[in-house]
Formats: sequence, structure tokens, C-alpha cells
Amino acid sequence: MEKTPQTMPRQSWTFSNETNAEIRRAAATGIYDIRGGGAKRRVPHFDDLLFLGASMSRYPLEGYRERCETSVTLGTRFAKKPIELKIPITIAGMSFGSLSANAKEALGRGATMAGTSTTTGDGGMTEEERGHSEKLVYQYLPSRYGMNPDDIRRADAIEVVVGQGAKPGGGGMLLGQKITQRVADMRSLPVGIDQRSACRHPDWTGPDDLEIKILELREITGWEKPIYVKIGGARPYYDTALAVKAGADVVVLDGMQGGTAATQDVFIEHVGQPTLACIRPAVQALQDLGMHREVQLVVSGGIRTGADVAKALALGADAVSIGTAALIALGDNDPKWESEYQKLGTTTGAYDDWHEGRDPAGITTQDPELMKRLDPEMAGRRLRNYLNVLTLECQTLARACGHNHVHNLEPEDLCALTMEAAAMAQVPLAGTNWYPGKPGF
Amino acid sequence: MCGIVGLFLKGDDLRPRLGELLSDMLITMTDRGPDSAGIAIYGDAASDGVKITVQSDDPAAAFEGLDAALSEKIGAPVTVKVVDTHAVVSVPESAKDAAVVALEERGLRIMGAGVAMEIYKEVGLPKDVSERFNLRAMGGSHGIGHTRMATESAVTTMGAHPFSTADDQCLVHNGSLSNHNQMRRKLAKKGVFTRSENDTEVGAAYISSRMADGASLREALEGTLEDLDGFFTFVTGTKNGFGVVRDPIACKPAVMAETDDYVAFASEYRAFADLPGIEKARVWEPEPATVYFWER
Amino acid sequence: MSQTPLREVNTTLQAAAKAHSNEPHVIVNARGSHAMAVGLDGPLHVTVKGSTGYYCAGMNKEATVTVEGSAGPGVAENMMSGVVTIEGDASQYAGATGHGGLLNIKGNASSRCGISMKGIDIVVHGNIGHMSAFMAQKGNLVVLGDAGDALGDSLYEARLFVRGTVKSLGADCIEKEMRPEHIDLLRDLLERAGADAKPEEFKRYGSARKLYNFNIDHAGEY
Repeated sequence: MEKTPQTMPRQSWTFSNETNAEIRRAAATGIYDIRGGGAKRRVPHFDDLLFLGASMSRYPLEGYRERCETSVTLGTRFAKKPIELKIPITIAGMSFGSLSANAKEALGRGATMAGTSTTTGDGGMTEEERGHSEKLVYQYLPSRYGMNPDDIRRADAIEVVVGQGAKPGGGGMLLGQKITQRVADMRSLPVGIDQRSACRHPDWTGPDDLEIKILELREITGWEKPIYVKIGGARPYYDTALAVKAGADVVVLDGMQGGTAATQDVFIEHVGQPTLACIRPAVQALQDLGMHREVQLVVSGGIRTGADVAKALALGADAVSIGTAALIALGDNDPKWESEYQKLGTTTGAYDDWHEGRDPAGITTQDPELMKRLDPEMAGRRLRNYLNVLTLECQTLARACGHNHVHNLEPEDLCALTMEAAAMAQVPLAGTNWYPGKPGF
Repeated sequence: MCGIVGLFLKGDDLRPRLGELLSDMLITMTDRGPDSAGIAIYGDAASDGVKITVQSDDPAAAFEGLDAALSEKIGAPVTVKVVDTHAVVSVPESAKDAAVVALEERGLRIMGAGVAMEIYKEVGLPKDVSERFNLRAMGGSHGIGHTRMATESAVTTMGAHPFSTADDQCLVHNGSLSNHNQMRRKLAKKGVFTRSENDTEVGAAYISSRMADGASLREALEGTLEDLDGFFTFVTGTKNGFGVVRDPIACKPAVMAETDDYVAFASEYRAFADLPGIEKARVWEPEPATVYFWER
Repeated sequence: MSQTPLREVNTTLQAAAKAHSNEPHVIVNARGSHAMAVGLDGPLHVTVKGSTGYYCAGMNKEATVTVEGSAGPGVAENMMSGVVTIEGDASQYAGATGHGGLLNIKGNASSRCGISMKGIDIVVHGNIGHMSAFMAQKGNLVVLGDAGDALGDSLYEARLFVRGTVKSLGADCIEKEMRPEHIDLLRDLLERAGADAKPEEFKRYGSARKLYNFNIDHAGEY
């Protein structure tokens, strides 16, 4: 007798093994999953855009002979001392506390060598960071940990953080494992307790109040320093317009792939818009107010390559900012620590329990032994190299499109591979002159 | 996101100066709302019926001969007072509904109507808006002004505050409602329609709808605490009254001042600086989730 | 302030503070202006005549600022040291995130007084509004009158002393024993603030510390 054919065991798409594992984890612990990093789901991204390049109707520039500028000046609207950067790529705000002092030093070293700025985070300014950063942006956050007028005066710019892409509308979080004596002292908190930072600023709410807050910050710093306003990719048209109305010199717009030190996974994966979808509405808001290029737009959230940089600039950004990619350049999630990732129940590339402070690479930790694994000088050079590559790639693409400055990249240099990307970036689907929502068709 | 000012006079001495005082208060709030400005002013009751305030982007053409044309159409006497882009059309009470229909048919925008209330609002800086309507020359018993920094809905005349959704009622708002779309649909099912996409107009429509159902102004304002979500400081006017309510979180600014002569409201103390007798006034901040109400 | 631009007022004051001139300065006709006498960095005596707008004496260091009137939102926000005195009432966020120094409010303070305070001492001679000392981390808040709703919500290590009634306590805030060291501390603060009250009349409130490390049984309070 032949055996009756059996059905193949079939996994549910809705109840995948990953989903079921999360249900079991929730049932066992009773708390939502907290992790670091940005959205892991696939969303339409810069990969879905291509540059057209130049051939007959436009002429390319010669690679090594003909100059293609990359400099950018941020804060030209009101500040007496705008920030001049050699490259249109900055290092995003990441806190001392979530990162080790060595990691902050490495970011400062790398950024300075590459001619760009780095940014403090939700934990105040450290000497390591100020000392090694030629240009340092001081974040002004709801928690105001370590906030003081001396640091404000020795910063090169102030970034008022209203939201971030990983969690627009959410507050900060740093679990007790990482609150060592030094971190605790800087934040005026006891050692070893969980931190629940507020989602709104303690002394203002809304753009009408923010305008007055910005006035105060300018009066304290003699109207010298650019005031950035950082927003999460939520309602980019309105939020950009309101940041400008409140008096921002620079708008920093962080899409949903932007990282965080720690927050609820449900927040990271389910709140905010993809970076690709945020840029055009923000640029439109600036254009409607007659402020495009007057108020600079810095875009962040999932920037990895020079192509990403060039595409963001082509869509209208003045610069981009990198966080997660910078950490990877320093050595985060490096395969050389695979055996240790395994011990933590994870694997290279997937390690995201940054809040637990057990980072084998010594970056997202305050453990003195783990911290030693990161040599700030070497890591700084790695970041410098990476920033240089991003810049060279971006220049290459700009030259190929016939531009002598990366800022001359424009949406018309692009086409889209998918309908989604065409709609979000408002550039034509490849092979057509149409994108969804384009009027006149 | 905005600046609010309001002034409610207890006696008659300051009546001729109402517009002047309110204009100064309004202009002080320019930073909070540079996009548009507006004022609802409760003047002397119209002896001959109801006043309908209308607006046109082309006032010269729209208001020329309006009185005669409207009078013929509705078969009732009509007087028209043109104030820049606005006109106050007075008609007998019995002819009001017909007049509104006729005015809308002519493409005019209805700002509000009432026995006492006139509404003036336009896009632009508060100083310019105040000047074009000569607000300073207006007298009355109470008035409410608003400067707007638009959040999500368009910067247009119709998007400017105050909003009026019933006779002699008006509302201004600082904050941002988070359930106005749902509430708009709910009200529409009851046959209450709004003219703009603005969240505040939904708040105004909610209050007038509750009052049309028999609620007092106090009850309607208390209802906002239950039924409206988000952040709000509301200031509302009626023919004889003036009310204030803040949401339970109450983080948008609000300050009040009271003397024997008046009750004043503002988003910031700055707006009070030139009020007569302010140095001796009782100045306080309205509590969250508490309705304040004055009536003559 | 009706004659001189804000920038000029602050530039003059900031330079005088920096020079340790310690001479008295007076701002007249304050008219509710914002950001007056902010960022002072050194000993200086400033008197403001009239009521102020937002953030008067913001980020103060060492200077002594007295407002002869009422103060708008965020007075002495993030103060580091020095003394700021308000003769009248203070609006919301008084002393927000302050790290040090003394904020002495002779009248009432409205909501969110001492929000997120990080070491400042605040003495309020009248009442305080709702959500005061929200997420307060460090320092002392002394209230001679009554406190509004949700006092000390999500409190960390700040100490709260209230003489009158408390409308309600916020999450994780509880009444605590007044020990001798608290009486001494309070006596000193009351004396420095020129407050006519006895330390024994106050009750102390502080953190129950139940939210310090996540516990599923307290999830409802987050």
C-alpha cells in the first residue's frame, strides 16, 4: 500500500513564528518589549530611487579634475555664527549614558577629522565629547539632564528636540542597568534606577510657546548660535512650517527608521512616516514660506550610503544626519563579537538590547570592562573613513548628474522603481513622466 | 496655536473704549499668532433686528447695491454698513434666515450673526487687521480677539478665529484638538455642519449644538471637558456673557484680571499692561477643567 | 522696557554680571516682557519693576533678581545658583528644571511649580497649582499654603514640604515622616526666604520609589 499523501506543515503568515514568540514573551513577562535602534520592518526607502545621470541632454563632470563642492552652512537665518561644515553629513544626537564615554569621544574625533559636527544627547555634555568635537551641537531636551548655561555657551549650536523618528510623541527611557555613578551624577538622579523622561518639554508646549523659548535661548547666547528644531517624521508639512514660524534656523527631520537608545518596540515599528515620505512635504512647507535654503533642512533616519545622502539632497535636504550608521562604523554589531551575541541570545546585525548595557562592542554600555573594548582613536578613524566614503559617493553621483555642488542635485535627477516610492518622493516612476498624485493626468 | 484676548465690561464707563483696549491687547499677541487675526465685538443691540456680518474678497463689487438687492429679494428693509472687506447687514429678525440664504447665494461668506455681535477677521498681522477694520473706534460691552499661528488647517479668512456657529455666540481657542474629525462627523449626523477644516470651529459647533439642545452655556462648556480631546483654552462670548474653560492638562497659557470695571482674559500678561487700573487688579490663572463665566 | 530693546537690557546685565560688578540694576516698565535678565553669570542685583513675561531670570547663576510684580511662565527656569524673588504671583513652570539657588515666591505659584527640578530650593508663601513637582529629581519645594492636584507625580528624590492641604498626591508620591534633619533643613529655608512659619507645621512628601525599577504590579501607574 502506498502512503496517503500528507499536507505540508504550513506556517501561518499572520501568526508567524516571530509573532508567536512575541506573544509568548509578553505572556511570560507582562511588559512590552523595549529595545534600541530604529524600525526593522521594510518600508519604501532611498533604495527605491535611482539617479538618471547625464549623457546627451546634460553633461557629466570629470571625476578627479572638475570640482564638486560638498560644503554646507547651517544656521544662516538669525545666528551671528552659523555652522560651516565641509560635508553635508552630521552626526546625530546620541546621549552619554546610552553610549559610553569612549564612544562619544570616538564620534567627536571622527566627525572633527571629516569636517563636520557631532551632537550631544539626553544626558548632558561630557568633556570627552566637547574636547574632541570641533563643532558640537547641544541638544535641548524635555528631561534637561545636565542642562546648564555654561555648556549652552560653549556649544556651537543648540538643537531643541521636539521629537525623534523612532518615537514621535514619546519620551526618553534609560533603564537602571546603565545608570552608573557618573551617569547618575550628570542627570541628578540616584544610581541604578529606571529613567522615565517626559515627552513634552517641562516649560513650554506648542509652537507659540516655543517661539518665546527660542528667544530666551538666543538672549542667553547673545544671538550667536544657530537654533535647530528637531522633529520626528509625523506630520512633516505642518511640523516644519511651525518650526519655521517659531523661529528655527535649522529644521532637523528624523524619519521612522531613525534610531533610539531604548523605547517600546511597538512605538519604533508603528509610529511615524518613512524618511523617504517626509522630505518632500517638509521641503514644500519651506518653499511655501519662502524659506527653502534660508532655513536649512537636515534629514535623518536610515542614511547608510553616499547614494542615500545624494538622494536626500536631491529631494531638497541641505544635509543629512547619521546615528545608527555611525555606530556601525565604530564597531556596533560587528561579526567579530558573534560568539558573545550568541550568548545574549541574538546574532550579529540583530543585537538591539542597547538599554541593557551589555554591548559586546563596548559602545552602548557603561560597563567599564566592555567600554575598554572600544579604542576611541581607532574608532574615530573608522568613522572618519566612513564619512569620507559617503562624501565621495555623494560627489560621484552629483558629478554624474552634471553638478558642481552636491546642493544642485534636484528631484528631476531621480526616477522611482516602485509606485510607492514614486508617490512618496514625488519623482516619476522609471520610464514614465508620471507619479501618483501628479496633477494634469 | 495662538494668542487670545478678551474683555468683558461690568459697567458703561469704558464702553466707548472697548475697541481701543482690545486692539492694543490683540496687537501685543502678534508673536503668538502672526497668520491671521480676528475680533468679535458685542456692541449696542440692533434696534432694527439682527446683524449679519459678511465678508468678500472683492468688497467693492460685492457690497455695491447690496442693500437694495437684498431688500427686494427678502421683502424686508435692509441696511448695510461696509467695513473694509466686511459688511454688517441688518435685517428684521423674521427675515434673518432668508437673508442668510440670499447672502450666501451671492457668494458672500457669513462670519456670524446676532443682535449684538459683529465679527471681523482677516489674514495678516494683527496690527494690519486692526487698522483695516478701524477696530479702535468700536465701542461695546464685551469682545474677544484672537491671533492665529495655523497648525493644520489653511491660513484663510474662514480659518481665522473667532468662529460663530449660532446667533451671538463665538469661540476662540488656543491649543489643538485631537478628536475634531470624529466630532465633526458626529455633529454632521445631527445636521450641524461646519464651514472650515478648523478644529476650533468644531468646538464652536459642539457648544452651539449642545445649547440648541437646551443646555446652558455653562453646561455646554462643561461638556467640552468630557467630549473634546486634546489641548484647549477656550474663550467664548454670548450676547450677555463671557466664559472661559481650559482642558484638564491646562498647559496652554491663560491669565485673567478682574477689577470693579472689567474682567479680562489673555494668553500672556503682556496683553494687560495698558489696561486701566491693572496694577490694582486681581490677576490669576484659570484652573484646569473649571468653567468660568460672567454674565451681565 | 518700553524704551530699551530687550537685547540691550540683557547685554548690559550680562556684561555687568560677568564683570562681578555687583552693582544694583533696575528694569522699569517691565510690561510683561519675555526673557528679561536671563543667562546672568555672576553676582549682580537686578530689580524688575512690574510684571514679567516668560522665563525671567532663566538659567541664572549667582545673581540676585527681584521681581516687584508677578512673574510669567517659567521664571528662573533651570536656575543654577543665586536668589530669585517674586513679590507677587508666579505663573506655571516656576523654577522648572532648576539645579540650584533659591526661588522665593511671595505670592502663589500656579501649575507645574518645580517641574523636573534638579536641586533648586523653592519657597512659595502662598498656594501652588496642579502637577507641581512633576518628575522632580532633587532639591526642596516648600509651600506655606495649599497644593493642587497630583502633587509630586512620578517624583524622584526631591523633598516636598506643605503646610496647608494637598488636593491630591500624584503617582508614587507619599507622605513621609518629618525627622529632625528635615526640621533643621526647613527652618533654614524658611529663614532664608523670610517666611513666617514654623517647620513643625509642615508635612513632608516624597517618593515611594515604587516606579524606580519596572514592576508589573505597578504598570497601571505608568
